[in-house]
Amino acid sequence: MNARTAFNQKHLLGIEGLNHLEITHLLDMADQAVDVSRQIEKKKATLRGRTQINLFFEASTRTQASFELAGKRLGADVMNMSVGNSSVKKGETLIDTATTLNAMRPDIIVVRHHAAGAVHLLAQKVECSVVNAGDGAHEHPTQALLDALTIRRNKGRIEGLVVAICGDILHSRVARSNIILLNALGARVRVVGPTSLLPPGIERFGVEVFGDMKAGLKDADIVMMLRLQRERMNGSFVPSVKEYFRYFGLDQEKLGYARPDALVMHPGPMNRGVEIATDVADGAQSLIREQVEMGVAVRMAVLEALASHLPNR
Amino acid sequence: MVDPARPLVVSGARLVDPATGREGTGSVLLRDGLIADVAWGAAPAAPEGAERIDGAGLVLSPGLIDMQVFAGEPGAEHRETLKSASEAAAAGGVTTLVAMPQTNPPVDDPAIVDFIRRRARDTAIVNVLPAAALTKGRAGLEMTEFGLLREAGAIAFSDGDRSVTNALVMRRALTYARDVGGLIVHHVEDPDLVGPGVMNEGERASRLGLHGIPHAAETIMLERDIRLVGLTGGRYHAAKVSCSDSLAVVRRAKEAGLPVTVGVSINNLTLNENDIGDYRTFLKVSPPLRSEDERLAVVAALAEGLIDVVVSDHDPQDVETKRLPFAEAENGAVGLETLLSAGLRLVEAGQIALPALLAAMTTRPAAILGIEGGRLARGAPADLILFDPDEPYVLDKADLKSRAKNSPFDEARLQGRVRKTFVAGRIVHG
Repeated sequence: MNARTAFNQKHLLGIEGLNHLEITHLLDMADQAVDVSRQIEKKKATLRGRTQINLFFEASTRTQASFELAGKRLGADVMNMSVGNSSVKKGETLIDTATTLNAMRPDIIVVRHHAAGAVHLLAQKVECSVVNAGDGAHEHPTQALLDALTIRRNKGRIEGLVVAICGDILHSRVARSNIILLNALGARVRVVGPTSLLPPGIERFGVEVFGDMKAGLKDADIVMMLRLQRERMNGSFVPSVKEYFRYFGLDQEKLGYARPDALVMHPGPMNRGVEIATDVADGAQSLIREQVEMGVAVRMAVLEALASHLPNR
Repeated sequence: MVDPARPLVVSGARLVDPATGREGTGSVLLRDGLIADVAWGAAPAAPEGAERIDGAGLVLSPGLIDMQVFAGEPGAEHRETLKSASEAAAAGGVTTLVAMPQTNPPVDDPAIVDFIRRRARDTAIVNVLPAAALTKGRAGLEMTEFGLLREAGAIAFSDGDRSVTNALVMRRALTYARDVGGLIVHHVEDPDLVGPGVMNEGERASRLGLHGIPHAAETIMLERDIRLVGLTGGRYHAAKVSCSDSLAVVRRAKEAGLPVTVGVSINNLTLNENDIGDYRTFLKVSPPLRSEDERLAVVAALAEGLIDVVVSDHDPQDVETKRLPFAEAENGAVGLETLLSAGLRLVEAGQIALPALLAAMTTRPAAILGIEGGRLARGAPADLILFDPDEPYVLDKADLKSRAKNSPFDEARLQGRVRKTFVAGRIVHG
């Protein structure tokens, strides 16, 4: 398939705005990237001579490493900038940072920021392609794509599958991107969690809402767990870790309500014993390590798809 | 500029007197800063040597009285000054503005009231009425010197964009204000319930990944205040309401005969949460833009007269406070220059009659503040506007007189332009 016709975007800011053909095309490209990554010679030349900047305003190990590897496997020169919160304290604004980087003439900027919409704002101020690597509680499109790829490779399809997304939906960009993507590809999406961790109006996202985990997991094909941030555990959103794990932590018993061939996913990093029991995380039904491998492949696919729209090609 | 000593006649205009609801063709004679005569239908009795302005095809009404304007001085002159705010006001048809006290330093001392009045006298081209802080430093703990501030010229007491969260402080302020005849204007929003919220709570905020502000943050504070008004009898004005839950509270208070009035921001009357689009920070205001259903509810309440006053909620912000991720940007929008045109959208949509709209922008604020104005009658101040209610235009923020350009109506199609603004019988715009 011709990339130019199947994926016609300058940026990847979110799953919202992509149609199912574009999503499917990215997943198909990612399948090929998996093969490349499993070869001894992992290098392609698609991005040779191109500059990719990974601009992370929020700490991240795996996502940043994944984007770095993806860029390098495609031959790009990759520069990592972990801005943290220090430059904010120094007074440099997001716009200043964007303008500065733009002057260095990168071809692709991968951005993670703690504020929803920050990546949109940055994309307006630079000339190159921008990839959203997570903006606040808004979107994390490559995570949703890698989750979809993992599901598709294991189940052979996405359409018609029952996917239960469980835990802190309220603060989760992963959940938002996944809900949009899985709906676009025809899955039946459920969200499961205490109401204090569900976004208002979530029932209008095309999902079924469950406050009881056993009911929410019943006959599910995929159980997707979300990380609960430490600062939200003790009294602010849920009373305690102990209580949370009792009702919403994934253990073998609760997993037993899902289909026998149900698969377990987690975007990482995991809080073992908070949202997921260790034996489940490391168990036979877990796809968690495979998700990481798919992450590199999906990011290669995204970078390649965007590269076909870079100027001078 | 017209010689102020010389009488001035505006003839053949469509006169609107919002105080009586009367509309019709006629002429008005201005002399010595006052409306000397209003001739409904009849030919104008223009004295010898009077300046004549042809008002054919235009509406002549009292100048707008805007109860909620942040004018920058002292302390935020990079955002606005009394001069630039007054020029924006004149261009928008606002002849009297209440300058809000969230300045730096805040207006919690009679000397600052005096400073603003003198700066306004020397630099502003419309009437400026300073509001004083309700509590010292706007910290919500100790009331300010209501009596001395009143003597210095404070028109009302308000903590600006902050709510007094301590109910006992509010109770005592209402009690004391009643003794000195002071009006309390309160921002009704419980900051704890707002929490990290930055826009209306609901599906839209959830899709954008932004924390929401529930209606209850406003309604709970309003309900509390109304109970305290019942307890104290203090004269109380809720600065800006935005949702139907609050309207129900207001209705009960008014039916109970409490001395309560309420305002609404032009933003909540003419925009909704969907206008935020992809994180447009110029649409980040307080109270937040609500759903379309809530907008329609406040429009209906305005038409019915349940809501007393429309304000511009003029809040100039610069690039440094607005060109940020949505959650990190400041609240606020400039509004003086678009107040009338935006309001005319409601008239155009058939949701409110022109005299009723103008009453909420003239007659009723005048009554609440206890000032002259807001009527087209002999002896009233010659603070008037002559406007073309039909003239279409596309707003270019570069044309704004305000120092800040954060208009939510940038590039919007608007209708209705002020041709001339008169303050005390002098032309200050057009």
